[in-house]
Amino acid sequence: MFFIGGAAAVMMRLHLIEPAGALVQPETYNKLFTMHGVVMVFFFLIPSIPATLGNFLVPMMIGARDLAFPRLNLLSWYVYITGAAFTLYALISGGVDTGWTFYTPLSSHYLNTHVITTALGVFITGFSSILTGLNFIVTIHKMRAPGMTWKRMPLFLWSIYAASVIFVLATPVLAIALFLVGLERIFHVGIFDPAIGGDPVLFQHLFWFYSHPAVYIMILPGMGVVSELVTCFSKKKPFGYIFIAYSSLAIAVFSFLVWGHHLFVSSQSVYAGFISSALSFALAIPSAIKVFNWTATLYKGSISYQAPMLYALGFIGLFTMGGLTGLFLASLATGVHLHDTYFVIAHFHYIMVGGAVMAYLGGIHFWWPKITGRLYHDGWARFAALVIFVGFNLTFFPQYMLGYLGMPRRYAVYPAEFQVLDVMSSAGASHTRRRLLDSIRLSSLVHPLWTRSRIESLERERPGMGDAIAASHR
Amino acid sequence: MNEENPSVETYIVVFVALLILAALTTGIAYINLGTLNTVVALAIAAVKMSLVGLFFMHLWYSRGLTRIVVLAGFFWLALMVLFTLADVFSRSWIKPPGP
Repeated sequence: MFFIGGAAAVMMRLHLIEPAGALVQPETYNKLFTMHGVVMVFFFLIPSIPATLGNFLVPMMIGARDLAFPRLNLLSWYVYITGAAFTLYALISGGVDTGWTFYTPLSSHYLNTHVITTALGVFITGFSSILTGLNFIVTIHKMRAPGMTWKRMPLFLWSIYAASVIFVLATPVLAIALFLVGLERIFHVGIFDPAIGGDPVLFQHLFWFYSHPAVYIMILPGMGVVSELVTCFSKKKPFGYIFIAYSSLAIAVFSFLVWGHHLFVSSQSVYAGFISSALSFALAIPSAIKVFNWTATLYKGSISYQAPMLYALGFIGLFTMGGLTGLFLASLATGVHLHDTYFVIAHFHYIMVGGAVMAYLGGIHFWWPKITGRLYHDGWARFAALVIFVGFNLTFFPQYMLGYLGMPRRYAVYPAEFQVLDVMSSAGASHTRRRLLDSIRLSSLVHPLWTRSRIESLERERPGMGDAIAASHR
Repeated sequence: MNEENPSVETYIVVFVALLILAALTTGIAYINLGTLNTVVALAIAAVKMSLVGLFFMHLWYSRGLTRIVVLAGFFWLALMVLFTLADVFSRSWIKPPGP
């Protein structure tokens, strides 16, 4: 799914090399950005760390043999595949062009593309998220080994637990919102269409009640991974363990209260906008606690710059930039100016790619020996980490400037004066990122599987690559 | 987990109660009560939901932690409704500028 979403992104960026569009028709462009968003958010970012590292590490870190409900876990995998099949069918049979947000009345009234099929795919996959979240919550509550108290748990578990709470509490609301879109499209029940008694902004409330917390589903596990990596490669105990742990929970709770900042220009009441803005600023506090604590953990640590650590350091820098630009968007006045511009695109890609994907790659490298018994090629992996960092910034930093200058998102054409910045962004996206993603996956991770370089000998050379559990204990 | 399970008789009584309430919802829909129609329908739905939760989902027989989890779900639902209604009700407080 990641490669499908990535291919759509590369085609979009290639298209935007020319102000008039170089590659596809505007209708196809709409379908490309929709597919990119739907695939990346629902089928890659949300399940990425919980489904891979979470399922593997949660039982191991608390000293259990498996998750509380192994069969439920398997079911969530089948459910995910079923949902993905529906969405891929929509892609193959003509695509959908609502944007990943499915806003009404565009999705419920005006479009004749495969809205129902795509929404059904997302609806089904939501159940896989709920089952996984439920499984983690029960496992962490009930199956901790004797002595593994809450305050001795590795920080990764705190963040996975917080994300699981959001999984369980928020995902049903997305399911309901998409179900209602289907109900209105098929049976013309008046829910979102004002002509038959509905309210189109209600959809945005329901959608963002899920989708804002979903941002934290994506980033919280990443924060957990980074907490482990920073601790391990600084060879220190985590600074302010309890603050990092509780800030995960604070993020999970506050994340449910701020969705109104997506609705500043959607005819939402200015008073509701004011409250959302203030709460969004409050949400920055627990995120900042984490960043300061990671930095304090690094302070006077014996830092080794192995590949996972490079990803973790990349995460800290990029997440900080993404987070701080989020405050621009959460302020009412600048938020209105920057709304639906490339500034927003750059902001959430700094969080999602610069944050979640960097943490995912760092985590996969870090625990790769634990999972496979083989060590990746460290030289290639470090090289890939650095070039991904550079390529990412080349792709998305120009988009901050484009957005600030007023280039709107989701348009297939743009004024000629934006071309230089757009070409920079496309160069970063299509060349560096793709090459390096290939490189990291093929050269550094998969290659060692058939080179038979046994982990035992390599681990003696690199003692820092050991188990995270001991390192992250207080 | 549970101390006891509901008996078959309890299930049947609850099921019949749900059927009666469903019939009541349908019947009241034919009587014009103005805005009260929605209120009554929602009230009946809440009673039905409570019956399903308490007996079919065994909340009546569950321990504290399970009940807290369910209450947390309702709390979050209340948050969603509260913030959404806060927007809807305060939209008209400021009139848009213009003629």
